Amino acid sequence: MIRDLMQLFCVFFRIGLFSIGGGYAMLPMLKRETIDRHGWLTEEEMLNYYAIGQATPGIIAINTATFIGFKQRGITGGIAATLGMVGPSLVIITAIALCFARFQDIAAVQRAFAGIRVAVAVMLVFTLHGLVRKAVINRLGKILAVAAFLLLAVGGVNPVPIIMAAGIAGMLFGPKPEAAA
Amino acid sequence: MIYLKIFCIFFKIGLFTIGGGLAALPLLLQELTSRGWVTEREFIDMVAVSQSTPGPIGINMATYVGTKLDPLGGGLAATAGMVAPSLIIIMLIATFMRNFAQNTRVQNALGGLRPAAAGLIGAAVWFILVRALADVGRFPEQGWLHLPAVGLFAALALLRFKWNGYPVYFILIGAVAGVLLL
Repeated sequence: MIRDLMQLFCVFFRIGLFSIGGGYAMLPMLKRETIDRHGWLTEEEMLNYYAIGQATPGIIAINTATFIGFKQRGITGGIAATLGMVGPSLVIITAIALCFARFQDIAAVQRAFAGIRVAVAVMLVFTLHGLVRKAVINRLGKILAVAAFLLLAVGGVNPVPIIMAAGIAGMLFGPKPEAAA
Repeated sequence: MIYLKIFCIFFKIGLFTIGGGLAALPLLLQELTSRGWVTEREFIDMVAVSQSTPGPIGINMATYVGTKLDPLGGGLAATAGMVAPSLIIIMLIATFMRNFAQNTRVQNALGGLRPAAAGLIGAAVWFILVRALADVGRFPEQGWLHLPAVGLFAALALLRFKWNGYPVYFILIGAVAGVLLL
């Protein structure tokens, strides 16, 4: 029992450690570790877990880890897998956050970060472009995307009520059940 | 009780992070800057660090802010809050409704949620873009576009068109160019 939990923790620690850039970067590693090496689930099951992870609140990587861990060893398994997934972040980021305050007043570091901000902006614009192409596929989507952008960027409205309203709008104005089936 | 407060704020952020990837970004931006927990510039630097280190970006951001608020246990409290909604909701769904993602009502709600999330992420990206290009390093009071930064943006965008490398390489190039040019 303890050994199984340790194994879940270690496998997801490794996945967390080698998924740089988040989200979709994790998929190949997740597949290799959980399907090919350990046979914990089939490819079809993983796609289903991933779909659920996208449809539910929370970070997809965490949702998928929780799902696989829970399937293997119940509640403690889900917790062990999730702890493994966040382990590398906790260690690495805590170390960086504790050190960074000491360096941030150096002029060269400030100039480096001015350049880094530009690099981050470039990557975010490309990621956003891919995201918009996948998520905004009809007229309702266009209206909601533009409205959400303006409400936050111009109005400074809290995103939480915007998200709730968009979910309700999707249920009200989306395709009818019989038409969707 | 600072830990409980950190946990609750990140629980809320985790609960409304839907659609993955950068979905946590607009929520983090709003919650953290409006509370004064991080400055605008710190927020962008945190995104840079989170993108170039291992692990999901949302978790990295949570750990970073938590550690900054309380070096001892703040990172743990923030990360625990961020993943708690996932743990609860996924375990409930795994137990009671395995075909959740295929449910028509869920699909319709997502049809509204996904484009809105994209719009919100767009607003967060806009926030970062404006500050990266206008508000560079030594000119915090200056609102105009900083031309070397715009040039660097164009060069990196061209590179990104040709080559889809790891974010950490772009960030390293940005750092070197920043020291030399900005």
